[in-house]
Formats: sequence, structure tokens, C-alpha cells
Amino acid sequence: MRSGVIAKKLGMTRLFMEDGRQVPVTVLQLDNLQVVAQRTADKDGYSAVQLGAGTAKAKRVSKAMRGHFATASVAPKRKIAEFRVAPENLIGIGEEITADHYFEGQFVDVCGTSIGKGFAGAMKRHNFRGLEATHGVSISHRSHGSTGQCQDPGRVFKGKKMAGHMGAARVTTQNLQVVKTDAERGLIMVKGAVPGSKGGWVTIKDAVKKPTPDNVILPAALKSAAEEAKRAAEEAAAQAAAEEEAAREAALAEEQAAIEAAEAEAEESTDDNAPEGGEDK
Amino acid sequence: MNLIEQIEAEQIAELGKKIPDFKAGDTIRVGYKVTEGSRTRVQNFEGVCISRKGGDGIAGTFTVRKISFGEGVERAFPLHSTNIDNITVVRRGKVRRAKLYYLRSRRGKSARIAEQTNYKPKPGAEA
Repeated sequence: MRSGVIAKKLGMTRLFMEDGRQVPVTVLQLDNLQVVAQRTADKDGYSAVQLGAGTAKAKRVSKAMRGHFATASVAPKRKIAEFRVAPENLIGIGEEITADHYFEGQFVDVCGTSIGKGFAGAMKRHNFRGLEATHGVSISHRSHGSTGQCQDPGRVFKGKKMAGHMGAARVTTQNLQVVKTDAERGLIMVKGAVPGSKGGWVTIKDAVKKPTPDNVILPAALKSAAEEAKRAAEEAAAQAAAEEEAAREAALAEEQAAIEAAEAEAEESTDDNAPEGGEDK
Repeated sequence: MNLIEQIEAEQIAELGKKIPDFKAGDTIRVGYKVTEGSRTRVQNFEGVCISRKGGDGIAGTFTVRKISFGEGVERAFPLHSTNIDNITVVRRGKVRRAKLYYLRSRRGKSARIAEQTNYKPKPGAEA
């Protein structure tokens, strides 16, 4: 099990594919996503990473949290969440996770706080059909109707679906497909809708109801690793360039030597034979 | 410009489609790619544009209405769909509405649209 990520919901758009399909996508952004703390089996009895995302003004962060961020030496974060991980997939404190964490086509579960609807009736909240429009129904067209039986049991059963507060609850949407990622801007586009409003925080995890793909990056796609790879590539490129340069110089030198040798030979030949032969060379 | 708008603008630029300047009332011909098995061909749909929605953005659509074998047929196309091969303006119409849904209840003579004779292309836009 590897870590998930915290993302900000930016909104929805659509993507037109080469084959004519159009895909509705939700754009999610990773904003300064860093590891703030680790939970280990020795100390806490379980292993997890605590991630923080966004930026918060230091003066608006409580003193306790300021101290918590200070021990991790990361900038104050707006949103914090914990992800259970296997002990071997723990990530170092301060490491930044990039959008490459997920690959195109992978299935993820996205969890967020749904938009609040306030006190909603049974029709809106539980998809009841309400009462008839006519046939003697008065005033109560959108009511829920009967709530139970008669003198036996003489009460309404617990958990009866009725009107009440709707929305603003933690909702997970499972098996959303990642359509596109953009590590530079930290964007992850998933097919379909995601709970919550624009600007809301969501957590993304590998889908629990699909087998874990083989090519997921363990423990996570880290910015430090990406930079390391980039530097290595640059170094390799520089080395290759240097080698090429050296090879070219060697070739030049060889050519020069060959020319000199030829000239020397030509001189010799001019000395020996007619003068016209040597001038061409 | 927020990030969503930026992504949409980038995608429009990337698709690189040439969309002519047209509005409701214009007669247009839409070349739509149809895939039959492994073969793709372009099918034309010619009729009056009766509505445009969503502006020029990535979510923009337009509706074309034609009378086919005496039966009114309407088709809505996404403006930036990769299935659209080309859009050509056949005739410029002169109308006073943005949505010409009233054409649905009209037939024949009363469903005609006068031609706009003094059409001026928008500054900066190509016909």
C-alpha cells in the first residue's frame, strides 16, 4: 500500500480525443504537497505518512501547528491528511510529491466533502416519489407519507429515511479513471465528477476495488527523485557531449596528422620527381 | 485567466480547428467523420443553424436543422469536436433571434429566412 495525495478541485472541463471521443474531466491540482510527518509502528503502532498541501499564512496557523510544521521544517500548510502506507513505502519528511504519482488510465478513488444542501425533504434527500398531484391530496404533495405500521410496533423504526440535513458529508467516488497528468503544473485530470465544490480539498488514492497496477511508482513520485533523474540525464548528456567533442578533436588531430604526413610525403615526392605532382596536394 | 480557462485555451490552440464565423440563421454544411468498421468517411449535414450555445469555448455547441424527406431533423454538434472535418457557411441569414426554435413549428414558406446581403466579417476574423 502506498500513499495517496491531497489535491484541490479546480473545476470541470472536457477533453477531445483524437478518435473523436469527448471525455468530461475534473481537474485536480497538487499544491506544494509535502510530507509533514511519519507514523511508524514503533512509535504510533501503525505506519502512515502525514501530508500537507497548499500554503497558509503563518500568522493564521495555531502555535501548536506552527511548531509541528517547524519540526518538519516545511512551510505552513492549509490542509493536512494522513495516508496509511506499508512500512517499506514510508516517505521522508519534507519530500514533495508530484502529479506523476498516477499514470494515465489508472483507476483512483477520490474522497471529498460533498456540497451542502441544508435541510432537504425526503424527495430530494432519498429520492422518494412524494404523494399524488391530485386524487384528494392536499398540501402534502412532497411529503414522505407513512413512516411505519400501527399500534404494533407503535413506534417509528430507527434509521427511517426522513427529511433532514443533506450534503456536506464525506463522500468517496470510487474507480475514477485518470485521463491525463501534468507534473509541471501539478494537474491530475480524472474522468467524471468528484465530490465537493470548486476550490475544495479532496484526497486521491489508488482504487481499492481494482488490482494494484504493476507500474505504480513506489513509494511515491517525488520531486527530489525527478530532479535527481533530470540531473543524471543532464550529466549523462554532458558526458556524451564531452566524449563526442573529444572524439571529434581526436579525429581532427588524426586528420591533421594525416595531412601533415601527406604533405611531408608530397615534399619528398617533389624532391624526387617533377614539381607539378606535389602542387595539387 | 484561471487555470481551467488556460487549459481550455491550450486545448483549443492544440486542436487547431478553423471555425468560420457563423451564427443562428446561417445555412451551414458540416462535414462529420463517420466510422464504418475500419473505414472513415465524411458525411455532410447541411441545414440552418438554429442555435449556438456556450460561445467559442471548449464546451460550445451548435444545432443544425434540416428537412429530410419531409421530416425535420436536428443535430447538435460540439464546436470543437475532433469528429468535425469542416464547417462551411453556405448562406448568411438575416434573423432577429439568437435561438430559432420557432422554426420547429413552421413549415414551407413561413420557415424561410431572408438572406443577409450586407454581411461584414468581424474585424480580425476570416470569413
